[in-house]
Amino acid sequence: MPSPEDLKRRIEAAIPGAEADVDGPDGVHFSAVVTAPAFAGRSRLEQHRMVMDIFAGELGGAIHALSIKTQVPFSQEHA
Amino acid sequence: MSEQSNPIRDAIAEAISENDVILFMKGTPDGPACGFSARAVAALQAVGTPFAAVDILPDPRIRQELSALSGWPTIPQLFVGGELLGGSDIIVEMYESGELAEAVGSEPAEGGEEPAPLEPQQAQAAPLGIENRLN
Repeated sequence: MPSPEDLKRRIEAAIPGAEADVDGPDGVHFSAVVTAPAFAGRSRLEQHRMVMDIFAGELGGAIHALSIKTQVPFSQEHA
Repeated sequence: MSEQSNPIRDAIAEAISENDVILFMKGTPDGPACGFSARAVAALQAVGTPFAAVDILPDPRIRQELSALSGWPTIPQLFVGGELLGGSDIIVEMYESGELAEAVGSEPAEGGEEPAPLEPQQAQAAPLGIENRLN
């Protein structure tokens, strides 16, 4: 069973400079808040896709659901 | 690219091109079978847009073909003007920021008020949307 820490580690490893805050008390439903400079200039759809692609094949399986919120770091957003 | 005909994918592509606002979901607007689909329905009903809804549950191939077509792995999926807008997180985020009403061409709420928070029961209480099942 994946843990929130596993998801956090995988997101941060896959997206350069990302900081992920992952919650998943039951081990199958997760929610992730991901902040990454790599999101700058990308649409929300593309940002979500970057996170979901990490878990392709597991969504709907071991990871029943992953709720995602993405954001660009404040300093980048207003640069 | 395969030359084989793929009636399910063709039917999905046709439904997306024929309906300006179309939601692929688990269950129906009246009886959503998943909390994420329920939230997407509630957001669309809150902005007051008519929308077509396709229940992906009756045949696993619908979901398979839809995801192959859209490149989006999860359900629900909302298409506006033939383009994938997103899944439930994006739909709710866009609803809360007012972007959803804009995207579907709905008039913003009177007096420019903040969109009301979504209540789960809105999904059940609101009238049935247009159904467009793929059989």
